[in-house]
Amino acid sequence: MSRRNLLALAIVLTVVCALPFLVSNYRTFQLTLVLVYAIALLGLNILTGYSGQISLGHGAFYALGAYVAAILMDKAGMPYWATVPAAGAVCLVAGFLFGLPALRLEGLYLALATFALGVSMPQLLKYKHLERWTGGVQGIVIAKPDAPFGLPLNPDRWLYFFTLAVAIVMFVLAWNLLRGRVGRALVAIRDHPIAAEAMGVHGALYKSAAFGVSAMYTGVAGALGAIAVQFVAPDSFNIFLSITLLVGIVVGGLASISGALYGALFIQFVPNIADDISKAAPWAVFGLFMLGFVYLMPSGVAGAIRLLSAKRRSP
Amino acid sequence: MKRSILFLAVSLGLALPAAAQKKYDPGASDREIKIGNTNPYSGPASAYGTIGKSIAAYFKMVNEQGGINGRRINFVTYDDSYSPPKTVEMARKLVEQDEVLFVFQTLGTPSNTAIHKYMNMKKVPQMHVATGATKWNDPKGNPWTMGWQPSYQSEAKIYAQHIIKTKPNAKIAVLYQNDDYGKDYLKGFHDGLGDKKGTIVKEVSYEVSDPTVDSQIVQLAASGADTFFNITTPKFAAQAIRKAYDIGWKPVQYLNNVSIGVGSVLTPAGLEKSVGLLTLGYLKEPNDKQFANDPAIVQWREFMKKYYPEGSLVDNLNVYGYSVGQTIAQVLRQCGDNLTRENVMRQAASMKAFRVDTLLPGVMIGTSADDFAPIEAGQLQRFDGKEWVRFGEVVGR
Repeated sequence: MSRRNLLALAIVLTVVCALPFLVSNYRTFQLTLVLVYAIALLGLNILTGYSGQISLGHGAFYALGAYVAAILMDKAGMPYWATVPAAGAVCLVAGFLFGLPALRLEGLYLALATFALGVSMPQLLKYKHLERWTGGVQGIVIAKPDAPFGLPLNPDRWLYFFTLAVAIVMFVLAWNLLRGRVGRALVAIRDHPIAAEAMGVHGALYKSAAFGVSAMYTGVAGALGAIAVQFVAPDSFNIFLSITLLVGIVVGGLASISGALYGALFIQFVPNIADDISKAAPWAVFGLFMLGFVYLMPSGVAGAIRLLSAKRRSP
Repeated sequence: MKRSILFLAVSLGLALPAAAQKKYDPGASDREIKIGNTNPYSGPASAYGTIGKSIAAYFKMVNEQGGINGRRINFVTYDDSYSPPKTVEMARKLVEQDEVLFVFQTLGTPSNTAIHKYMNMKKVPQMHVATGATKWNDPKGNPWTMGWQPSYQSEAKIYAQHIIKTKPNAKIAVLYQNDDYGKDYLKGFHDGLGDKKGTIVKEVSYEVSDPTVDSQIVQLAASGADTFFNITTPKFAAQAIRKAYDIGWKPVQYLNNVSIGVGSVLTPAGLEKSVGLLTLGYLKEPNDKQFANDPAIVQWREFMKKYYPEGSLVDNLNVYGYSVGQTIAQVLRQCGDNLTRENVMRQAASMKAFRVDTLLPGVMIGTSADDFAPIEAGQLQRFDGKEWVRFGEVVGR
């Protein structure tokens, strides 16, 4: 890493750590959600951006992670921080297992299979034999954690820093995973599966591993989201969530790690801006924003920034 | 000098109580009262969004007529797309950033469940929530939350009492949706029957994801029941009514208030197949002929034309919005100059037989410190093939 990059990273970290002290608790809560979405988008980007498999059902893994966290806290009395890795592990296995048969499906067919998962999830969560754990339609209300060790932070700020710490770990992990051998193999599968096989990349294994890892990221995000919102219910995780995540990675930038953050800012704040502009047709305004982004930045926000800085360096 | 001191004392004496009475919490001032709301203006339940719009129109009218006790209403409403996490975000925005005095008519059972704890922890009134779940009437456990419409349980109790009165030896069959809404109704029905619970010969449930309820109806008919309580949402209500008629099962049918739309339920079911259905109403239906010249409905129509011209004149949700608007206006009038959150809650919990003109004649709004259920009455009505015809007296409290 160059000195310049290190400096930039230090500045970003300082700003990110100072932010919750500069804005209201409500804004801090929103920023926490941005971090949560960023982790989920990073997960989807590993699958869709890097290995080229479209998923229209990642909301299901987000829901699974949220429910694992909520049930462990509510029924088993587990501390909130321990539920996050548990949710990740459950989703890793679930994603890998779903990935195995789904691998036989290519492109649009895989998209449809995952779409099926996404639409059925809310109803599975309402299933009456699971109601003992899931709380059925009523969902589960969970308590908000206080800052530990007597830290002078209110719950909103503490949760922000907790989420930030998890997000940093997840981003560093992804960065290490994707810039090396595994990342190159995934991109090769995306760009030319036959050539990749010829080079000795085990396509099936890599694809289902990508599915599992991707689901794990989204599950961790779901768990953090549930802790931040303090409530899970089937209606929180409808198919629209999956679509929103897909919108996030395309707007943020496919196959880009920083793109996850831009995409998260977009899906968190643009719907609110759209609602402020028009109560009658918020989604039409949202659609205009989306068209604008896709037209002006065809490779996402991350791509546009990359292009700009490249232009500046070589005039 | 003496006189001026006396004058000073008298004027102080007069002025002080008035000044002392003016008490404000965040969101209230000499000039305005800020009220927050979330509604699904987009998403799967966006049909309900018209409630938020008609409430906004109602406050526009109130402001044009000089506001309430000289204060204008600033109604801040956000879209939550019927998504509970979004409701949490928006409720926090309303409380922490916009600093509203209270939130009003937040819509949906899951959405209100998501903010229930938060509102009570923050001690900000969650006023007149737009859902029929029974749990909102819990003054001890959640003293900052209050419902408005008759709860599912109290509605079901009224049907049970009617059955005991008119058909003590009934054999009852029940079809219910397997979720909190269906179970809420079922519990009220059981409670209402009391020791007559044994008259229920068959209970069958269905899932929202089921394509039809045909097989359930066949099962219920086979039980030999002569009375049928239909706890279903519109699509399934239409299927149940049609199937029962088609297989020749002719019980006395009670249909829950959720699905009494003539256009949305009974027409698809078949109007001739719906003759004789019984239900409980509490609101004047705007397209009911008997109210065509009713002064309240005429006035409502004028209100709609002037303040909400794009709204539908046959949608009873717009009558609903207008009615809750009247209720909260009365609460705020009662508050006078003491606009603290505590007093808003106290006044909302001391409505004595308040009459909203768009409710059915005889239906009153009444609350007390240990009764947070404003409307608990309604009138039974029977479908005659064209419209609902009210009969008997107003029942419930």
